[in-house]
Amino acid sequence: MSSERKPDPTPGMSLIVKTVTRWLKGFLLLYGIFIVFYGHLTPGGGFAGGVILACCFVLLTLAEGQRTAMKTLSKNAASELDSLGLLLFLALGFVGLLEGAAFLKNFIPTPVAAWFNLVSGGFMPLANIAIGLKVGASLFVIFSVLAALKATEKKEDEVPK
Amino acid sequence: MERFLSVDLNLVIPLFVALPLTMAFLILMASRWLRWLPDTLGNLTLLALAGLSFLCLGHNVVYHMGDWITPLGVDLRLDPLAALLLIAVNGIGFLAGVYSIHYMRQFTSKSRYYALFLLMIAGMNGVVLTADLFNLYVFMELASVASYALVGFGCQHEELEASFKYLVLGSLATLLVLVGVALIYGMTGSLNMAHIATKLSAMPSTKPLVFSLALLICGFGLKSALVPFHAWLPDAHPSAPAPISAMLSGVVIKAIGVYVLARLFFNVFGVTPTLLWVLQLLGVVSMVVGVFLAIGQWDMKRLFAYHSISQIGYVVLGLGLGTPLGIIGGLYHLINHSVFKSLLFLNAGAVEYATGTRELKHLGGLNQSLPLTGKTTLIASMSIAGIPPFNGFWSKLLIIVACLQSGHYWLGGWAVFVSLMTLASFLKVQKYAFFAAASSTLGTIRKVPFFMSASLVVLALLCLATAFAVITGLSTPAFITPAADVLLKGVITL
Amino acid sequence: MIYTLCFILIVVGLYGIVVKRNIVKIIVGFVIMDCGVHLLLILEGWRHQGEVPILQKGMDLTQFISRAVDPLPQAMVLTSIVISLGILALMVALAIRLHERYGTFDIDEMRRLKG
Repeated sequence: MSSERKPDPTPGMSLIVKTVTRWLKGFLLLYGIFIVFYGHLTPGGGFAGGVILACCFVLLTLAEGQRTAMKTLSKNAASELDSLGLLLFLALGFVGLLEGAAFLKNFIPTPVAAWFNLVSGGFMPLANIAIGLKVGASLFVIFSVLAALKATEKKEDEVPK
Repeated sequence: MERFLSVDLNLVIPLFVALPLTMAFLILMASRWLRWLPDTLGNLTLLALAGLSFLCLGHNVVYHMGDWITPLGVDLRLDPLAALLLIAVNGIGFLAGVYSIHYMRQFTSKSRYYALFLLMIAGMNGVVLTADLFNLYVFMELASVASYALVGFGCQHEELEASFKYLVLGSLATLLVLVGVALIYGMTGSLNMAHIATKLSAMPSTKPLVFSLALLICGFGLKSALVPFHAWLPDAHPSAPAPISAMLSGVVIKAIGVYVLARLFFNVFGVTPTLLWVLQLLGVVSMVVGVFLAIGQWDMKRLFAYHSISQIGYVVLGLGLGTPLGIIGGLYHLINHSVFKSLLFLNAGAVEYATGTRELKHLGGLNQSLPLTGKTTLIASMSIAGIPPFNGFWSKLLIIVACLQSGHYWLGGWAVFVSLMTLASFLKVQKYAFFAAASSTLGTIRKVPFFMSASLVVLALLCLATAFAVITGLSTPAFITPAADVLLKGVITL
Repeated sequence: MIYTLCFILIVVGLYGIVVKRNIVKIIVGFVIMDCGVHLLLILEGWRHQGEVPILQKGMDLTQFISRAVDPLPQAMVLTSIVISLGILALMVALAIRLHERYGTFDIDEMRRLKG
């Protein structure tokens, strides 16, 4: 560990952007979670909500700089959340298999009286949550990996002309 | 055996897709704490899949995903043709996985390698099993994207360039397929293959239908590297790591290329003489162009890649003849090609691991320094060149006899000529790499590790074992005949 | 008529992929072609004077089914957009790595594999 830290290569944006981001990130996360949870009633669902969740973290990275954003959600944690999301979705599928019915069977039947409520639509909300988690984490990992590949690395062997 | 055969297939069929998916992400997640996890868990999963695929022989089951009834939901159909391809995909997958235990030590991050490998296997199993057009597209994309990433796995210059070329052409193929699927959906209003077959048999042949068929031929022809669309194969197959080359050339271009073409044309659209003529033309052009381009190659893996194009031409020619003997010959050659082409690529990988080079001019005397690899390459070369009693001879004989029987004397003549050129080309490989004296530029030779030799030996024995399928009769080989019957049944309606 | 416009978009994307030499322009060509194909797919579900396929409280079911636009192409396009996103991410990552190795984005300079 060196005693002096190198300056963060991504210093973030101006003070106005940083302040506004600090206020807005809660609302952005809430909006993303809303789209994921109400996916069986209104347009949206797992993928769209996941993209909005990822956008929140991307905004954080752009505004605050990469080091601060990594403290909120590091790349390794996001990668683990990504795999966890998919394993959750597959677990939902396997529940149907273990009950003796088909894979991905809807194991929570909904009576007609419960339609249009939040807790309805069988296992669709659970599947939406799993997909939202996976897509959000995946897109954040893709963004941070692409942002970390810097073109200032020394090239080892140039192509001979 | 009765006890094993009574296993509930409804539990087994979705496992072919769900098990590799789960294990791939488990490997990704847990490999940071358990170093030994990728190798053991990956190979155990592949072994389990290979074992499960043997249980599927001889069954004819339609499985409804999510218990939705047929036109509404996604179906998985297991019939003898699908069972045959499942055995090929999972068997060769297991042997390539065992080979990569030692081979992939030269690369970084085995956990990502096994995760991508299992995703590719999950995609291919899905393509083979599915009975729904859009599901086919999704699984084909899963397998393809995993293979694009695997081709460029060691990030050197050539591997990245080859991966990019493969990526561009593969994505173009997928977009063409998607446009074809969109047009078919517009015409029939359904995505289930049997339902589409029912609706199309009631419709006359209109221009949009012919256009969508042409798009599907172009798209899947790109995926199976038939001749006007083969430009990505000679770059992608040599640059990939050896077990991935074996998988790509041995099963991927068949499971998401030739198999889908056969399934769509024989069981969904119904073959017409024009369609058969197109398949025969593509087959014979691929055969001839492939072998002519292969003879002048000096890089071992590039030579094998061009020969892949040529042998896939044989398979498509056999399928395009449309007669029972032709289809049996085509399917038999498909299985044989998976076995001996994977063996050839794994051998090339062993040679590269041991000597550090793939150029034929810089190799030599490998029969003395690598005796086991020398023997297995000899067996594989004799199989592909069509020398009895190895498997290549029987399947090529079936295809040539089928050509002559149906009156296509020129096609049969070209098939014989291409076989002779293949023999010449492999005699060149054997002479320069194995029988000649060691070249002066050859450095120290490393020993080929145990797991690599083990999978080479098993594949070589399989070359002999698949030849024994003709024991049940030359024109009715075991396991192949039920599969051919599925194709010959014609259009499968609801 | 609208289908023709979709095909024109697809052909423009195809032109970008086939003719252009800069890798970034090839990637942009792919995005355009994807957009064209997705538009074509969504338009397959069009219905004259159709309504949004979202069932709400108190709607008559048979009336809804006869008036609503087909939602299946929309589900297909959602899946396809996700897949295209994955491929786009892979293409961009490869382009960055290729630029690291070769120092240029021109595909004519990247011809090490010949024959």
